[in-house]
Amino acid sequence: MAKIIIYQPSGTSFVYRVRSKYSIRLWSVRNSRFLEKLYITFADMLLALHPLWLKIGYHRVETPMVAFEKAVKSFLFDCRMCGQCTLSSTGMSCPMNCPKGLRNGPCGGVRANGHCEIEENMPCVWVQAWQGSRNMETGDSILAIQTPVDHSLQGTSSWLRATSQRALIKSGKIDE
Amino acid sequence: MNDFEDEWEIPPGHSSLGRLERVLRRKEFAITAELSPPDSANPEDVYERAAVFDGWVDAINATDGSGANCHMSSVAICALLTRMSYNPVMQISCRDHNRIAIQGNVLGAAAMGVSNILCLTGDGVQAGDQPGAKPVFDLGCMSLLQTIRTMRDDQKFLSGRKITTPPRVFLGAAINPFAPPYDFRPRRLAQKIDAGAQFVQSQYCFDLDILDQYMEQVRDLGLHEKCFILIGVGPLASARTARWIRTNVPGIHIPDSIIDRLEAAKDQKKEGKKICIEMMQAVREMEGVPAFM
Repeated sequence: MAKIIIYQPSGTSFVYRVRSKYSIRLWSVRNSRFLEKLYITFADMLLALHPLWLKIGYHRVETPMVAFEKAVKSFLFDCRMCGQCTLSSTGMSCPMNCPKGLRNGPCGGVRANGHCEIEENMPCVWVQAWQGSRNMETGDSILAIQTPVDHSLQGTSSWLRATSQRALIKSGKIDE
Repeated sequence: MNDFEDEWEIPPGHSSLGRLERVLRRKEFAITAELSPPDSANPEDVYERAAVFDGWVDAINATDGSGANCHMSSVAICALLTRMSYNPVMQISCRDHNRIAIQGNVLGAAAMGVSNILCLTGDGVQAGDQPGAKPVFDLGCMSLLQTIRTMRDDQKFLSGRKITTPPRVFLGAAINPFAPPYDFRPRRLAQKIDAGAQFVQSQYCFDLDILDQYMEQVRDLGLHEKCFILIGVGPLASARTARWIRTNVPGIHIPDSIIDRLEAAKDQKKEGKKICIEMMQAVREMEGVPAFM
């Protein structure tokens, strides 16, 4: 009996990818130095607006901020909205795009051409992260060990949380 | 102090009761071997495989679904091995368990007498016999190391809840000097040591040039004094298997020169063994390498 072949789409992955090309993500890594500067300016701006966020109420700003953050970061980094952004420590390459969700460096399975073990066509996000971090001023923060992901923060705004945290540190209410 | 600790006293400067740690800390050359886990529920299958190594090795590695293939679990294999007074290295892969299951398994394994734990991220599910499985990857190898170290040294779960008797284990991690980015790999070892790794086992080595460069960087960073480095070696059966491994097993790098040498040989299996022995001799000469697996 002849073997029956059922149609299978090619290049499937259990990680849902919005785009099939990685050119914008790779551009962001190449321009990590510029994006780092932009990020610092933007974070300072958000911090300066802290009194305003307090007045409106952080919980009321959350929804529009999530929409804004998602739009910007999805475009630039293929952001997955984990809610605890670590881009500034990972060379502007989003580690949540790693199929293993690794937050601390590349696994041992990286192919000789620097591509992912699981998704052959995707450049390893951690090989990219290492390259990106070499261009950044605070690039060595890639060597700091990240805590495990808090999955309950999925889909929340990490910009707002970082802002409120920085405001509390600035006022001396919590330690860094 | 409770009764458990009275009965088994850990030597000063050690964190476990196991033979592997004692041998390494005595600055002797240690040898470990990997037990291929059975696809059966018969304990005799485990004992039979372990008997091959009887008297030759300092510890036996029990793999945790290696290559994402389904086999008997590593906790169970370790529990069986400790019954026969073997010293197992329990491998934990983050692919199949979340942080709740892993911490429970660590306590259970330590209670069964397991004294070495190797923390791995694990291969992706696509590599194995069940590619449709849901990959967990709740923790990574780095956070896994930190978690178990906190359990052992601070007597606390990741949540901060107290543990009454901590797991007395010797903590290990994996290294792969043979995958890019090559200049990041030694720094990554430093990270793993910071996270709690006391020994590391490398991926199979078939390329001494890359290993030499890696070890040079490791020595520059002084890492060989902070942890024990075990280099992985293994025989290749033929040029065909070598090619298959190269394309299908993630993370294993076999240079063309090795494959050419196998192909040219009359008896490929014998040549594979010879290459393996040469690797062992070369690794043994290397400064800062106290063991192989």
